[in-house]
Amino acid sequence: MRRTRQAFEEQLEQLERHLLEMGTFVESMLEKAGRALCQHDVNLARETIAADDTADQMDLQIEQECMRLLALQQPMSRDLRTIGTVMKVIADVERVGDYSVDIARAAIDLAETEYYKPLEDIPRMVEIVRRMLRQALEALVARDLELVRQVIEKDDEVDRLWYKLRGQLEQTMRERPEIVQQAVALLLVARYLERVADHVVNIAERVAYMETGRLEVLAPSHLAEAPSRADAEGDSGPAQE
Amino acid sequence: MSSDANLPIKKPEGEIKLETHDLSLYYDGFHALKNISVYIPARRITALIGPSGCGKSSFLRCFNRMNDLIQSARVTGEVLIDGANVYDRTTDVAALRKRVGMVFQTPNPFPMSIYDNVAYGPRLHGIRERSALDEVVEKSLRGAALWDEVKDTLRKSALDLSGGQQQRLSIARVLAVEPEVLLMDEPCSALDPTATFKIEELMIELMENYTIVIVTHNMYQASRVSQYTGFFLLGDLIEYGDTVQIFENPKDQRTDDYVRGRFG
Amino acid sequence: MSALPRTSPKVSQAVAFALLWIAAVVVIVPVAAILAIMLLKGGKGLSWELISSVEEGLLPAIAGTAALVALTALISAPFGIAAAVYLSEYARAGTLVRLIRLAIVNLAGVPSVVYGLFGLALFVTLLQLGRCLLAAACTMALLVLPLVITASEEALRQVPRRLREASLALGATRWQTIRKVVLPNALPGIITGLILSVGRAAGETAPILFTGAFYGLTHPFPRSLGDPFVALTYKLFVDATEFPHVEEAEKWATAAVLVALVVAMNLAAAVFRARLRRARRW
Repeated sequence: MRRTRQAFEEQLEQLERHLLEMGTFVESMLEKAGRALCQHDVNLARETIAADDTADQMDLQIEQECMRLLALQQPMSRDLRTIGTVMKVIADVERVGDYSVDIARAAIDLAETEYYKPLEDIPRMVEIVRRMLRQALEALVARDLELVRQVIEKDDEVDRLWYKLRGQLEQTMRERPEIVQQAVALLLVARYLERVADHVVNIAERVAYMETGRLEVLAPSHLAEAPSRADAEGDSGPAQE
Repeated sequence: MSSDANLPIKKPEGEIKLETHDLSLYYDGFHALKNISVYIPARRITALIGPSGCGKSSFLRCFNRMNDLIQSARVTGEVLIDGANVYDRTTDVAALRKRVGMVFQTPNPFPMSIYDNVAYGPRLHGIRERSALDEVVEKSLRGAALWDEVKDTLRKSALDLSGGQQQRLSIARVLAVEPEVLLMDEPCSALDPTATFKIEELMIELMENYTIVIVTHNMYQASRVSQYTGFFLLGDLIEYGDTVQIFENPKDQRTDDYVRGRFG
Repeated sequence: MSALPRTSPKVSQAVAFALLWIAAVVVIVPVAAILAIMLLKGGKGLSWELISSVEEGLLPAIAGTAALVALTALISAPFGIAAAVYLSEYARAGTLVRLIRLAIVNLAGVPSVVYGLFGLALFVTLLQLGRCLLAAACTMALLVLPLVITASEEALRQVPRRLREASLALGATRWQTIRKVVLPNALPGIITGLILSVGRAAGETAPILFTGAFYGLTHPFPRSLGDPFVALTYKLFVDATEFPHVEEAEKWATAAVLVALVVAMNLAAAVFRARLRRARRW
């Protein structure tokens, strides 16, 4: 009994370790995609796109581990919540990888295009979203609700940047029709980053559930502040359950 | 999560069939149940879990006063069924046990025919007519999902049945006296998984008409069949509530340790 | 004295086994010897005529003994079984129960001649039954009562607790449970115990000595409970002590018949019990 319990706990730790590895890997994809975009680096962008296969592999492997633990250990209480959380979180992390690929594709498309002005807000968004992802995963491993709160706060900042950027790009497109092509691409990238932040918020909410056992929406603010989001395309559904 | 003081017991919604207030049970000097207050909802399955010797079986046996059989047992506090105290001086214990049926850990058919086993209770309570008995026997065996397996061998000894069949016969025997409450004291602990599955299915069917309280060592059984779960430890009711909540998100550290298998 | 060398486990085991074997054999020897002497000395006295003849044979004594045994069983069974049921099913541990048990143990330890004298005082004289079959059977019933109670209690204990619980949990009263579940399941065991117990009635002399046995041919068969009767044990006792002219062989033959009767009863009980054990499987 003691020994099987110990083995189970080791397997749970290993599961979290694998999730952390996947998170770190996807975070690096996001960073590379952002850098490729800013620096017109086609090779880096291709590297990012190729890396997605690895991320998908990690996703499948972790899901399999979860299924095996559910089947063989019939976990209860906190253990059950941990495994359930990991299963949900890998889906969000995997989506972050997909968005990184989308950003990398945009980088390839814009490789030959001179930006109409130096990129500022997009690298900033990349940086914030990366830090959010890292903190959310740290929160998961450390069961740290304070970190969860910080992640959710940062989402507001990302939302503000997204609205600001959207407004600027709209205006520029009206004034300078010749840059519409790059403006649309950049608008999409900003949109991808905003979505990434939403997925990271999902992760944070899951961590809170894992700790408290309460399933709740912790970040309702960006719904209230975004009246125009209703007609925005919902590529992965609403951010909340 | 709290650990020391016990959480206040929340009253489940809907009709309450059984309740206890400040129920204590002593065996000589040993305080086996400590001030248990709980509400058990009607026509639901309530599971009592906890390690061996935690008092869950003793608690179950308060509802039909089977503890009376133990000479050293002494009860204080109240046990109510439909609001009436079963430990009242005026309570007719035999009548109480007719209302509150019990299924035991090991199948215990009488060494007589299947028919006579089921007819035992009705005969006790005065049914003599052959046709009436036939009817009760068939209805009870159907109710216990055993009829199709034994309808051609009703005159055979009940001891020839398999363990799982014997346990369903025990259930049929209880149903035959038309109780309102079914107490089940680890009804599957002597059965294989298939027989266990059948009994669990049966319990869920019976829930429509009966208030069921089951003591089980098997947390997974509790989580599969019950709507409410109580966790006992050393004579204390540590936590009582929604089964989903108890197994997904217990409020008490001790419950958490137990359901996660981290005890001892 | 120097310390003994430590014996090897094998040697000590051999010694222990040898001692145990000897003890076991010592038990067999007297039984075998009695049977052998009895058959050797009484063998030529044994004949169908001896068993079946009224005037010359043992028929009156066999009939008397059988009547005594049957009547003893009839008298002791209701009291013994009822007492056993009370003790095992109803009584709550307390002073009364302790007293009853003490009485039973002491009753079992009373010498049989004391029963005889007690029977004479109570049944023959005080109750004015006279020396007769009924008085003797009553006395004998007292003698076997502790055995009947103990055997019946044992049989009741063999009925599993869970059957009682099942019945009570269905709303049966204690008495309903006893009548419908406990007694029917204990009855075979009780009967076995009863046969073994009253087997003693066939072999006892002292209790009937003063209460109902007689020797002679004036009334070879008792016609009512109020008549005296001839018993094998009493006849043997009188033959052996007062009639030196009775042939040795005949005395030994009588003894053989008596032993055969008791052995037959024990055997019957054993067979009965074995068959029940096979039929019962809880």
